[in-house]
Amino acid sequence: MNWGSLAEFAAMGGYAPFVWGSYGVAALSIAVEIALLLRRIKKVRRAAVRVALA
Amino acid sequence: MFSALYTYASPQAFYPLAGRMIPWFASAAVLFAAAGLYVGFFVAPTDATQGEAYRIIFLHVPAAWMSMFLYLVMAGWAGLGLVLNTRLSGMMASALAPTGAMFTFLALWSGALWGRPTWGTYWVWDARLTSELILLFLYLGFIALKEAIEDPRRADRASAILALVGVVNVPIIYFSVQWWNTLHQGASVSLTAAPKMAATMLAGMLLMALAAWMYSIAISLARVRAIILERERDAAWVKEAAA
Repeated sequence: MNWGSLAEFAAMGGYAPFVWGSYGVAALSIAVEIALLLRRIKKVRRAAVRVALA
Repeated sequence: MFSALYTYASPQAFYPLAGRMIPWFASAAVLFAAAGLYVGFFVAPTDATQGEAYRIIFLHVPAAWMSMFLYLVMAGWAGLGLVLNTRLSGMMASALAPTGAMFTFLALWSGALWGRPTWGTYWVWDARLTSELILLFLYLGFIALKEAIEDPRRADRASAILALVGVVNVPIIYFSVQWWNTLHQGASVSLTAAPKMAATMLAGMLLMALAAWMYSIAISLARVRAIILERERDAAWVKEAAA
């Protein structure tokens, strides 16, 4: 175990902005990619139903 | 075996198969990421020279590997579509591009945040950094070209040529640290030499790389399904599936 406390973990030995800035933006990018894709799937499903009923 | 490949080269047959595979790859991605982050943050020791800043490696290296690998796979599908004129190939290439672009962006972003504390700068026009930036532009150019051409089959062919020309950049990225002696360090892991890092660090990195693989497969399969529906909207099987 590398960390004595949660605060120590959060501080990342003084490199918190760099470490959490990297992982935070990565998590955000993945979340955005998934959200955009879900929106696209919803849209195309609706369109497919429209075509099918026409 | 080849007859199976031919069967699944049709979008209609591939659509349900892809749908069945997504949950498996997505679950594997979550498990590998959890294990990789655990090893990376709680098992791997503090680096003697870089302190905790080095922990960016568990994100940076897998993202950079994935950015190059996905480009090769994307160009491979694009080239296959050009040669065999199969519909699914162009769709696969389209499905991979956004994920490749995202990993390229993450490699550049995490690299900048790693460069600042270790090199003293967010960015230099180092050979590796520059060629990785060109990779991002190649992905964006590929996506933009596809969007710009209305007829999807023509868009597939035009963007395939762009993708294939851009392949030359991948070995440039990979070997840049050997060909030019600039700021970015050499390879940390190679198949021919013993790793230059602690076993736990290597394990964390490989677990995160596996997570990136599984994520890429899951999200690309989900995206290719959306693309299949978009393009084959008028096909009888899509109408049946939707109705």
